[in-house]
Amino acid sequence: MTDRVLIADDEPNIVVSLSFMLKREGYEVLVAPDGTQALAMIRGERPRLVLLDAAMPGMTGFEVCEAVRADPDLSGIRIMMLTAKGRDTDIARGMGAGADAYVTKPFSTRDLIVRIREMLA
Amino acid sequence: MKPGLRRLLLVAAPGLALVLWALAGAVLFGAALPPDQRAGLGAALAPALHGSGAILFGWWLAGAALAGWLAVRLHARHVRAPARLADAARLLADNADAPLLQADAPGAPAALAEAVNRLAGQRQTLRTDMARLVAEAQQKVAQERDQLGALMAELRQSVVVCNLDGRILLYNDHARGLFHRVSGGQPIAGGAELIGLGRSIHAVIDRALIDHARETVDRHIARGDMAVSAQFVTTTPSGSLLHVVLAPVRPQGGAPDAISGYVLLLDDITRDYAAQSRRDRSLTELTEASRASLANMQAALDMLDYPDLEPAERDGFHAIVRDEVAAMGQRLAAMTADASQEILTRWPLQEMLGDDLLAAAAQHVLAQTGRVAKVENADGELWLRLDSFSLIQALGALAESLSGPQGMPSLTLRLAPAATPGWAHLDLVWPLDPAAPPAGASGCAQAVTRDIAERHGGELWLEQDRPAGLSFLRFLLPTAEAGPEAAALEARPEFYDFDLFAASDSSRSLDDQPLERLAYTVFDTETTGLNPGQGDEIIQIGAVRILNGKLLGGERFDQLVDPGREIPPESIPYHGIRPEMVRGQPRIAEVLPAFHAYASDTVLVGHNVAFDMRFLQMKEAATGLRFDQPVLDTLLLASIAQPHEPSHSLEAIAARLGVEITHRHNAAGDALVTAQVFLRLLPLLGARGIVTLGQARAEAEHSYYARLRY
Repeated sequence: MTDRVLIADDEPNIVVSLSFMLKREGYEVLVAPDGTQALAMIRGERPRLVLLDAAMPGMTGFEVCEAVRADPDLSGIRIMMLTAKGRDTDIARGMGAGADAYVTKPFSTRDLIVRIREMLA
Repeated sequence: MKPGLRRLLLVAAPGLALVLWALAGAVLFGAALPPDQRAGLGAALAPALHGSGAILFGWWLAGAALAGWLAVRLHARHVRAPARLADAARLLADNADAPLLQADAPGAPAALAEAVNRLAGQRQTLRTDMARLVAEAQQKVAQERDQLGALMAELRQSVVVCNLDGRILLYNDHARGLFHRVSGGQPIAGGAELIGLGRSIHAVIDRALIDHARETVDRHIARGDMAVSAQFVTTTPSGSLLHVVLAPVRPQGGAPDAISGYVLLLDDITRDYAAQSRRDRSLTELTEASRASLANMQAALDMLDYPDLEPAERDGFHAIVRDEVAAMGQRLAAMTADASQEILTRWPLQEMLGDDLLAAAAQHVLAQTGRVAKVENADGELWLRLDSFSLIQALGALAESLSGPQGMPSLTLRLAPAATPGWAHLDLVWPLDPAAPPAGASGCAQAVTRDIAERHGGELWLEQDRPAGLSFLRFLLPTAEAGPEAAALEARPEFYDFDLFAASDSSRSLDDQPLERLAYTVFDTETTGLNPGQGDEIIQIGAVRILNGKLLGGERFDQLVDPGREIPPESIPYHGIRPEMVRGQPRIAEVLPAFHAYASDTVLVGHNVAFDMRFLQMKEAATGLRFDQPVLDTLLLASIAQPHEPSHSLEAIAARLGVEITHRHNAAGDALVTAQVFLRLLPLLGARGIVTLGQARAEAEHSYYARLRY
């Protein structure tokens, strides 16, 4: 069974590239344009990994992350924050909220796919 | 006993004593004789007494007169003269200006009088010396206070000095302006309702914050630190941010922990803070947006590396890169357009009227080059934000560098608003000389001055106006919205009262306090008529404050009020307020809170004040503001101080007490006259034993006028 990955980001320009890459890598890709829909999809579709942008309309990525970690039903889901917020305090907040990894934009897609493979291994 | 009777007794007593003595001798002699001899002696003496008794009586009379005269002389000399001397000496002891002692007899009393007089003379000399020393010291202190007051007035920082109870004993005009601005800028009373001598600073700054800062200061002092000030930032009800530095006032050479008060240095950092926040925010936004764009481009470029892309997919990723490049460009453009000024202007600039800048610059150019520069200003109302010193120095240096082989060209300094809003042009103009292009005018002089232009966030360039035959160096300078708070204050306001250092919130009730030590709000109102119950309204409130027996001319309350109804034409002669004067003025619901704050913690004083109080009390229900402080009426006080005068109208009292009336029937003018009258009534009341507020109120209640009316 292929692993399901949710990309939650309000910027289509990154979503296009990421979903293209992940599909080529053989993952099933879901897309959510804001935090609220992302949380709904996480509950409904149970992806194994969420690539979560921190700054989204509706719920922010941090809030989505906190909500997922607060729900025991969703305990197996891995979360990778992918965000332009690069200050130390932002990283601390993301890790504190329960993210498994925090990647600051811009990033190399090659490194990213390596990390995704490791997380889903 | 009456003096006459006593004198008679004094004269008669020796005669009486003589006759008693003789009689007692005769009785004793008779009693010692055997009875038959006594009878014989009696029989022998009786005819002789009968015949020559007159001689014996005359002898006795002469003796009695002589003894009486002697007794009077002795009494005068040894009893009455010393008693008189003692009285005079006592008088002299109580009152140094009493006449010196004069002994009316030579000898011992005269010597005594002289000794007392010498003592009195020495005392007089001592007293004069003391008075001179005290006067000198007072003059010196007054001078120092005046210097301090002048210094405070000129300081650009807001300064407030408080005693330990938080009562303000000194502030400067900047502090008043600051509190006026941060109080929400209501144009009522110019901030005098918030800041004033004797008022509590806690009305504007939370007591807990000040207490906390004072604890910090105490800790610094206890540790023996050199710097003992504390700082904090507080918000005001209007949302302004104040940065406050608190430093203790410590007596020189006294115990280090003996603090008598504290100095507050206040800064309104709202604008700076907002600007800094905006700068930070736009920087963060720019960084984050750029990171996101870069990520999008990087990801798209990474995808383009896949060799087997469909043409449509390839075009899609290309489009993403182009899209992001455009978005980044737009963001940068927007950012430079709107924030460049804020990012660049960190040099402290001050606000200055364009005319003042031109005058100062022309003077400096004259000193530097010996050439009188013409001055042109297109807009006399133009205010600039600048570093005037370095700008004027730069203009002087530039003008000097224009000197060519033909000497100094004619110069003009020209100021005009620029086409870009918020900017102005300052030009240094000289005639265009086609033969000698002004290469020397730029070069090194410009390199220095360019810095100065950039310090203003502006620019500097050389421009030529060929049709007009002029060259000019043009500074682009930022304009200011208006000048700093114009200090439109009359005379020299009282911004300090150091007597408050000694004052302390007493546990005694107000009624026990001496009238001289209290804070008063002396006020007057003008109204549309006499019956608040039938819809008459206040149209003006005027008030002044009295503190420690001094009239605070700088803390006036003077406010017209829109009554929300017509002003009867027949009332206008009484107050001089025409309907158009109250149009656009605040309503009583806005004015009364300000006046309530202004009058808080003071005793209200007015002339025939019951009338004004009725109008204030009518509004209590609507505004929820109660004026429940003690009230004194100068009409009643005057009737107590001068009970035999026929009239106690304000004019009559003022005339009697030598108070000049300037603006009668103007609330502020009447309040001022009432205050002066009140101050002159205080010593008259004191002479009648009315010293405390309680006594004054009790007497007023019992006064003739009060009984007449109530």
